[in-house]
Amino acid sequence: MGLKQSLHTLKEKYKGQKMAPAFNALHTFLYTPNEITHDGTHIKAVDDLKRTMNTVIMALVPCLIFGMFNAGYQHYLATGEITAVSNGFFSTEFWQWSNLVFGAWKVLPLVVVSYGVGLAVEFLFAVIKGHEVEEGYLVTGMLVPLIVPVDIPLWMLSIAVIFGVVIGKEVFGGTGMNILNPALTIRAFLFFAYPTWMSGDKVWVAGAQERANQLAAGMDVDSISGETILGSLAQNKSMGYELWDMFYGFIPGSVGETSTLLILIGAAVLIFSKIASWRIMLSGLIGAVVMGLIFNGVVDAGWISSNSGFYGLMSTPYWLHLMIGGLAFGIVFMATDPVTGAQTNKGKWIYGFFIGFISIMIRVFNPAYPEGVFLAILLMNVFAPTIDHYVVQGNIKRRLNRLKVKNA
Amino acid sequence: MGLLSKKDSKLILDPLSDDNPITIQVLGICSALAITAQLKPSIVMAVSVIFVLGIGNVVISLMRNIIPSKIRIIVQLIVVATLVIIVDLILKAFAYELSKELSVFIGLIITNCIIMGRFEAFALGNGPWRSFLDGVGNALGYGVILVIVGFFRELLGSGTLFGFKILGDSVEKTGLYAIGYENNGFMVLPPMALIVVGIIIWIQRSRNKALIEEL
Repeated sequence: MGLKQSLHTLKEKYKGQKMAPAFNALHTFLYTPNEITHDGTHIKAVDDLKRTMNTVIMALVPCLIFGMFNAGYQHYLATGEITAVSNGFFSTEFWQWSNLVFGAWKVLPLVVVSYGVGLAVEFLFAVIKGHEVEEGYLVTGMLVPLIVPVDIPLWMLSIAVIFGVVIGKEVFGGTGMNILNPALTIRAFLFFAYPTWMSGDKVWVAGAQERANQLAAGMDVDSISGETILGSLAQNKSMGYELWDMFYGFIPGSVGETSTLLILIGAAVLIFSKIASWRIMLSGLIGAVVMGLIFNGVVDAGWISSNSGFYGLMSTPYWLHLMIGGLAFGIVFMATDPVTGAQTNKGKWIYGFFIGFISIMIRVFNPAYPEGVFLAILLMNVFAPTIDHYVVQGNIKRRLNRLKVKNA
Repeated sequence: MGLLSKKDSKLILDPLSDDNPITIQVLGICSALAITAQLKPSIVMAVSVIFVLGIGNVVISLMRNIIPSKIRIIVQLIVVATLVIIVDLILKAFAYELSKELSVFIGLIITNCIIMGRFEAFALGNGPWRSFLDGVGNALGYGVILVIVGFFRELLGSGTLFGFKILGDSVEKTGLYAIGYENNGFMVLPPMALIVVGIIIWIQRSRNKALIEEL
């Protein structure tokens, strides 16, 4: 008896019982259900919710693998065991097995905890509510490990995942009903609950905090560096990375958001498969560029002295803002969430524009939040229904006017 | 309760559960968010409100037949303000440190919707004894939520209760902190109080389906 048949038997056995949704979820995750519809007209399409989610996960996989290499690379670079990349994207210093093994050792537990805890909560709620398990967590579970620092303790991640899934999603009615992006809710929770683990210069490189402690205790260690570029710029320091290294992603940061190149590949997959809205991505880009240009203009006009605390980030060229921090990752993978984003085409332009615009504003003006993109997206998530409402009302009004003119 | 008739004891007991001012009537939320980061201020606030609302209800009830209805809000405000100043002075005299911590919020008891709400809804139409019970009952219902929220926020946010280090010392890494536990900084911020109150509302309504509003 094959796996499919035994799952089917299992499902029949538990039909109508409390645990049924859990078994159904396993069954339909692995196979197409073997029951057919009986009446009514149905539209048959290949891209159901599960297929959509899986495509997003595929688009995220390059970022995840790169993140593993990068976690190892940053660690060994900080301990002085390897030298910095010298040969563009395919530098041998970066693509080494030892980097991948170390990175996987650090990053895979994050993935396992994120999925394990999140799906447990989803299953629990499905059983309590007596409905089928929803697919919503598949993408969230992949996003979460990519947007946290590599050294985050697993128990903190578990608490944050429980909080994010329950308060961010289930209380609103589950997948499709949530106002806020659950992955960003999880990050926001971590950020406000455990700020020492989510910001500063010792969390972005694996083991940096440990080495700092050893250094403070008078032990002989090589280096404790591990500041992100945004962190350095906020303190008016130079950033010390080559432009192309930033684009390729050989920089410290959250696990999966450093490589702008791979994020662009992910964006291409999402746009090509028509899963994410290119309007939101493009308008987010435009918003960030506009805000960056305004700040650059202020610096060029000499309205701000170079002693000012904002100078470092304000004088950063607008195009550089797009490559550093989590802006690109946020705009491509988080802002485009079809549930929490704007739904109308015009609304998407407005929604995306303000995400980019506000991200750069928070980034520059609030040194406590060196990366503002997650706050900007959460803020615009809240405004998305309002934007849609006015776009729809505006459309109705315009068409009514047209009708009046015709009848007059 | 042998002391009280069934009808009277309802006045005390209802606000504690099915007619709670915070979780059911959703009144007095601002102070519930502002002062519940620690347990001690929560309890002082609860006791202050019990005092103000208990006495205030009696005073308003005694005057209910002589207050011209056009200026009743002003009269009510004067009564609350007087009582609040008494509370404030008592705190300054006997618990100065605490009064400094709470000063603004004690003053803001005047604007606590629960108090004006009970004056308007109950004391203006009932005798002094029943008004007293209603005032104490509602203030208790308010206080219970405050203490629950304060308990969780102080325990999880600072690892202490009444300032005692329940979970160990976070600086010297003893107790729970030795195994890597850390305080949840989010708990100390006001938004978390809203979420804790929300969770209490959620639990209460899922236990008693009759409380769920029709959509």
